[in-house]
Amino acid sequence: MPKIIVEVMPKADLLDPQGKAVANSLNRKGHTEITAVRIGKRIELHYANTPTEAQLEEAKTFAADFLSNGVIEDVVAVTVEA
Amino acid sequence: MKIGVVTFPGTLDDRDAQRAVRLAGGTPVPLWHADTNLHEVDAVVLPGGFSYGDYLRCGAIAAQAPVMQTIIEKANQGLPVLGICNGFQVLVESHLLPGGLIRNENQHFICRDQILEVENTSTAWTNQFELGQHITIPLKNGEGGYIADSETLKRLEGENLITFRYVDVNPNGSMNNIAGLRNERGNVVGLMPHPEHAVEAGFGPDMPAAMRSGVDGLKFFTSVIHSLVNA
Repeated sequence: MPKIIVEVMPKADLLDPQGKAVANSLNRKGHTEITAVRIGKRIELHYANTPTEAQLEEAKTFAADFLSNGVIEDVVAVTVEA
Repeated sequence: MKIGVVTFPGTLDDRDAQRAVRLAGGTPVPLWHADTNLHEVDAVVLPGGFSYGDYLRCGAIAAQAPVMQTIIEKANQGLPVLGICNGFQVLVESHLLPGGLIRNENQHFICRDQILEVENTSTAWTNQFELGQHITIPLKNGEGGYIADSETLKRLEGENLITFRYVDVNPNGSMNNIAGLRNERGNVVGLMPHPEHAVEAGFGPDMPAAMRSGVDGLKFFTSVIHSLVNA
């Protein structure tokens, strides 16, 4: 199934409570070499056919203004997976 | 005066908002998320709750709903709009107000009677308050931490757009103790606490005078009726 993958992360300077809780748990399990965990989102958009350049551009646009909120998140990647 | 109250899938406080409109002397008109027609209402309330299960981000999917496209258009022409809690989140996701709301600093869902200072009375929803007045209304949210970049914060402070600030405690880590905002024109106001739960003695927050006697929220609704009558 051809896909466009959108990856969204909380902004680097914002507290990521989910990541912090997971980091604490990993540290408790003995993985003390892990200094931090940050958790974002991977959004898969499925297409019937391999997405065109225009569709990729369109996805980048709605990734920025709907799938993420620029005040609190960054889109880190929008990629085609054939 | 006809005041629309929008119900999205997952909205929680629409009935309370309708009751608040009625107690203030207005006529509540239920609006559905799939409506594009606002049924000639004179103002709109976006109530609290968990629209679309808070999927993607709080308020993000509601901001794309058909009814919101009409509300955004009319709000930009001056229609009074009040966003309460999830409604405030919908307003920021709709770009009718700047900034964003993130998970409370202490990670807990908070439910308490909250004191606010009224910082601006030049709005459709706050004109019956005194400037600097302290009011008590319930606060109940999990994602109420207000954030904005430093440039936006400077503009909010400079242009006097901060409408309510938390007093005594900052319950959710909001920047500059921001509890509520208005737009430049003053027709759009959003806040995290819930005025519609403080409109009838016996069912409001506890006040020094008597238990559950708080009715400070009623003035949001009498304000909009006042501004419409005098428009």
